[in-house]
Amino acid sequence: MNPFRKLDGLVAPMDRANVDTDAIIPKQFLKSIKRSGFGPNLFDEWRYLDVGQPGQDASGRPKNPDFVLNQPRYQGAQILLARDNFGCGSSREHAPWALEDFGFRVILAPSFADIFYNNCFKNGLLPIKLAASEMDALFAQCLGTAGYRLMVDLEARTITRPDGKVISFDVDAFRRECLLNGWDDIGLTLRHADKIREFEARRRIDQPWLFA
Amino acid sequence: MQAQTLYEKLWSSHVVHVEDDGTALIYIDRHLVHEVTSPQAFEGLKLAGRKPWRVDSIVATADHNTPTDHWEMGIQDPVSRQQVETLDSNIREVGALAYFPFKDERQGIVHVIGPENGATLPGMTVVCGDSHTSTHGAFACLAHGIGTSEVEHVMATQCLLQKKSKTMLVRVDGVLGAGVTAKDVVLAIIGRIGTAGGTGYAIEFGGSAIRSLTMEGRMTVCNMAIEAGARAGLVAVDEQTIAYLKGRPFSPRGEVWDRAVEYWRTLHSDDGARFDAVVELDAAQIKPQVTWGTSPEMVAPIDGIVPDPVLEKDPVKREGMGRALQYMGLTPRTPIKNIAIDKVFIGSCTNSRIEDLRAAAHVARGRRKADNVKQVLVVPGSGLVKRQAEAEGLDKIFIAAGFEWREPGCSMCLAMNADRLEPGERCASTSNRNFEGRQGAGGRTHLVSPSMAAAAAIAGHFADVRELA
Repeated sequence: MNPFRKLDGLVAPMDRANVDTDAIIPKQFLKSIKRSGFGPNLFDEWRYLDVGQPGQDASGRPKNPDFVLNQPRYQGAQILLARDNFGCGSSREHAPWALEDFGFRVILAPSFADIFYNNCFKNGLLPIKLAASEMDALFAQCLGTAGYRLMVDLEARTITRPDGKVISFDVDAFRRECLLNGWDDIGLTLRHADKIREFEARRRIDQPWLFA
Repeated sequence: MQAQTLYEKLWSSHVVHVEDDGTALIYIDRHLVHEVTSPQAFEGLKLAGRKPWRVDSIVATADHNTPTDHWEMGIQDPVSRQQVETLDSNIREVGALAYFPFKDERQGIVHVIGPENGATLPGMTVVCGDSHTSTHGAFACLAHGIGTSEVEHVMATQCLLQKKSKTMLVRVDGVLGAGVTAKDVVLAIIGRIGTAGGTGYAIEFGGSAIRSLTMEGRMTVCNMAIEAGARAGLVAVDEQTIAYLKGRPFSPRGEVWDRAVEYWRTLHSDDGARFDAVVELDAAQIKPQVTWGTSPEMVAPIDGIVPDPVLEKDPVKREGMGRALQYMGLTPRTPIKNIAIDKVFIGSCTNSRIEDLRAAAHVARGRRKADNVKQVLVVPGSGLVKRQAEAEGLDKIFIAAGFEWREPGCSMCLAMNADRLEPGERCASTSNRNFEGRQGAGGRTHLVSPSMAAAAAIAGHFADVRELA
């Protein structure tokens, strides 16, 4: 996993609530057995005017000019502003894979769906929960300012707006540590292999029916 | 000892290690695996040179990509076929407690085959790379959906990194009216608390109306806990739970069964246990439900109308409603019963078990689908459900009504196989998600119970199943 420490990035606004993972990456692209290459199909049904197929070259497809990420001012965006319950629905990790492959590294929203939130951290993507009032202000500034950028600092747990205002955010200490260092959490867990074996041995005696 | 909730009992009995910030390693008893979210995990394991920790925790099946007709022709879509064959070869290489591949007589939707084979037992932690894993909470399991990185993590370590959830009790007391089912109960709950209402919580469903539900009904309710934002849904163990499990292929037997049952009977919230949130519904007030929008919380009773966004004060919500109505091709204030449909889907991990098929057949018996309804798909949840339904003659009732009787799988719930809606088509569906494009690009989904789906198929538009004699 790529570590995440600090990012000064262009911001794009996704001004709708309950954006589900079916919208982030539609089902036909889930047939891939790889982890990469989902970026061209991020938000496929909103982004293109035709229906996309897996394996198809997306460069020649007709784009929906009204879709926010197709607007020239948001090309190269790395930070996404979102609304409540972003990433709800299916547990597909293809959603963070697609967002990351497209170029996003940070998503700001008042709330996230649990599974999606968790999946982001496994892929070097930082989801940040902010108060609805902070989000409203960011949406207003972003929509009103060409080339709107934010500075996100995971170590300091701060977001700095172009006007100098600093917003603090919370993130679990363990997740922050893993993301800052790009750690593989399987490796971390296996440091406790003895404890797992002990637990398992006890369980085998107490509840033998679980080991049929 | 302090009174504990069921969730707290399940949590504390699985904690292996806790980090300073409360992040815990919890032990996983059962790992359900399907073809869509596992290939990258198997590959990751291989690339890192790691072996699975406990192969006999794995129960696997192919369900999302499998066709529901012409099995003799195999899987026509080469990309789908490759994904299913990848699972075949991964399981061949790694092993499993059980594998029900494409065409196996016990193949089926992963959340149907776990319980029906007794591979889901009370007190277990159950994970699967699938958000509807919450289904298994009906057996007082701590069951939740995980991402593919976590699938790999569980394979490699038999543990999951988790933070303890908050607890919510949704208590439904009273007696459900005739024609009102588990699906209506859970849609009404989601309508009340919203699709993010359960975010951060494990929801325990309780109260006399929940206790009166069969195991199938409880699975339907827990299945859609995720649609209320909760990763896990739970129902306490009672005599029904134990009766359901007796004699299933992977259920314990003999003296071990007795020991297990003794433990299972402790799997309920203690009197006086404190929940972080409590929501109460009166069962008698719940009517058959129909969703009208593109989120499961956009739901109305069958005698209701499509709401008018003008009346919504919250601007983000108002805009969302407007967008949903535009996508759904609906006008505010339209009576739900006036909405005509093109297709019907009876199936999915929410509603494809034997009772669901019986309920749909009860309505379809001696009737025929309306002429404006182009297709009615009935897709059993598993090979065993299919066999049982055929033994009861349900297939003949469906076929006589002009419905199509198919092979088991996820089918048109998410349309990864060939079963799907065409752009603009409107479907009465017993599945769990009415998101844009979920059942096919441009398709319009209304979520309903199996009996309401059958009633819509017969009437050609939504109809109150309580009014069908």
